[in-house]
Amino acid sequence: MDISFATQQLVFGFTLGCFYGLIAIGYTMVYGVLRLINFAHGDLLMVSAYFAFFGIIIFELPWQISFLLAVALTGVLGILIDRGAYRPLRHSPRISALITAIGISFLLENLALVIVGGRPKSFPLPSLFGGVIKIAGVTIPVLSVWVFFITALLLAAVMYIVRRTRVGMAMRALSLDMETVGLMGVDANRVISFTFVLGSVLAAAGGMMWSMKYPAVEPFMGVLPGLKAFVAAVLGGIGNVAGAALGGFILGVAEILIVAVKPEWSGYRDAIAFCILIVILLTRPRGIMGEELPD
Amino acid sequence: MESEARSPLQHKTRDRVLTLLSVGALFAFLWYADHHFSPYSIRILNNIAIFIILAVSYNLINGVTGQFSLEPNAFVAVGAYTSALLTLSPEEKIRSFIIEPIVWPLSEISVSFPVSLLCAGLLTALMALLMSIPVFRVRGDYLAIVTLGFGEVIQVVANNLVSITNGPLGLKGLHPHTTLWWSWGFCVLTVFSVVRLVRSSYGRAMQAVREDETAAQAMGINAFRTKTLAFTFSAFFEGVAGGLLAHLITTISPSLFTFFLTFHLLIIIVVGGLGSTTGVVVAAALFTWGGEFLRIVEEPTTIFGYYYEGIPGMRMVILSLLLIVVMLFARRGLMGGKEFSWQALIDWTGRLIALAKRCV
Repeated sequence: MDISFATQQLVFGFTLGCFYGLIAIGYTMVYGVLRLINFAHGDLLMVSAYFAFFGIIIFELPWQISFLLAVALTGVLGILIDRGAYRPLRHSPRISALITAIGISFLLENLALVIVGGRPKSFPLPSLFGGVIKIAGVTIPVLSVWVFFITALLLAAVMYIVRRTRVGMAMRALSLDMETVGLMGVDANRVISFTFVLGSVLAAAGGMMWSMKYPAVEPFMGVLPGLKAFVAAVLGGIGNVAGAALGGFILGVAEILIVAVKPEWSGYRDAIAFCILIVILLTRPRGIMGEELPD
Repeated sequence: MESEARSPLQHKTRDRVLTLLSVGALFAFLWYADHHFSPYSIRILNNIAIFIILAVSYNLINGVTGQFSLEPNAFVAVGAYTSALLTLSPEEKIRSFIIEPIVWPLSEISVSFPVSLLCAGLLTALMALLMSIPVFRVRGDYLAIVTLGFGEVIQVVANNLVSITNGPLGLKGLHPHTTLWWSWGFCVLTVFSVVRLVRSSYGRAMQAVREDETAAQAMGINAFRTKTLAFTFSAFFEGVAGGLLAHLITTISPSLFTFFLTFHLLIIIVVGGLGSTTGVVVAAALFTWGGEFLRIVEEPTTIFGYYYEGIPGMRMVILSLLLIVVMLFARRGLMGGKEFSWQALIDWTGRLIALAKRCV
């Protein structure tokens, strides 16, 4: 394997890692606060892609506006899901909320199937994100550069919110003890709604980026990225935002490199994340950057 | 009045006799069905039995022990492939494996159907045992993701490990070994074993872990061992059900064992009432029977003179809405965690007769 091939694969791995990281940040935030695996996270990604798609194709809006609208609408959908499905179950056994989350995930997928049909639709690629840059024999898609910067920007923003703002302080407190935080005069439901908005916005950003990379949208496109992003979140330490991004990077690079080194394993690519998950659970259940898991 | 005078021991004998009689009645009905029913009805009866096995064993880990898992599709796949590969004769295997020949030991082995079912169950139980070691080291939520991921991996493996699974082509031409006797025999065995397990001290430990894990551990229950036991036990029967399913439909391929299967079972156990074996049995029978009915929404029909085109995917929308609504508004399900007992039935019939007498 020569240097330029290796670098090329690393570029691809980095790009994929950014995607996983971006989706994992939202996943880990919601889990961190609510201790709920939000199975619908991957499907919010799909919904946002459809919103953007319809904005551009059907309503013929400029892509900037339809992207922003898609992000906003997905955020609203995030709140609605929390209000309608998760909030009534806040004080019931955890298993109830988990089952409802699966129900929401299936509902979103199949509603999309009923409304738009199962045929994949090609996603328009704005010229700003198209094209490639060539440096010393290595091809870097412009989209990869954008994804990297957007992921970095959003990660910085989320870390700022969680660590430096009042609502972030409330989020961290909620993850430790919901009842006590309520007693301190914090409106837990508002903070949780905010968490969902933030998570959904991140999923929306990931969704539109993802559909520009694999320029097609279909109802089940969010399932596998969602599952892998959760693994990335566990790898980085669940509940830890920076850890999620790091876990995403590692997972993306590992997937691409293993297939690059052993092309005959390419069929097993989707199983790599699972193997990584088992290894983490066996060796270091709290992940790379995670603290000891409170129970 | 009379029943109160009897001792608990007599109740126990009476209940046993009644149970045996009803099992006898069930098999008499099956004998009649076997001789007089259409192949379509027999097929539905077989499906009902298999879904009861699956739902009751799935309920053991999700409902009784309270550990949310999403594995049935994976375990059914393992069971189906294991038992199918073991019953096919060497010549049939050579004929089906056209992409790559089958690996050596499997190419020679051919065992009888019951042995293959047993192997399917044991292999699946072994997988569950191996999985529970990493999973139950951390809190239960991870079980959901690991089992969901395992389902994806099984699909990947079934598609790619061509020399064992025959890849996307799947295995065809299995012998239709699954008769009403096999499916309902295993169904009765599963329900009996699960009920006995739940009533034993192990079962009480499982319920204790569900209600409050910390408190259960404080009382000296080994939570890890209890969860592992429930998971392995339910995996065994899911594997057996996989083998039965494979020899019922006689053709298996990776696409048969997607997450939809698990989702279907999840709805069954939620509607039946998480933790109630009785409710789950009823729900499994209702859904398997009624599931055929729901197909109507996806097919073009004319209702009261209005032409309705039928929307593909509508069935799943209805089912997922049902799941959410039951979780939000009727979390107790059909039976609300209660179990069937002969005493309750006798009391209930007594009240009904008294009511009828008063009306007359």
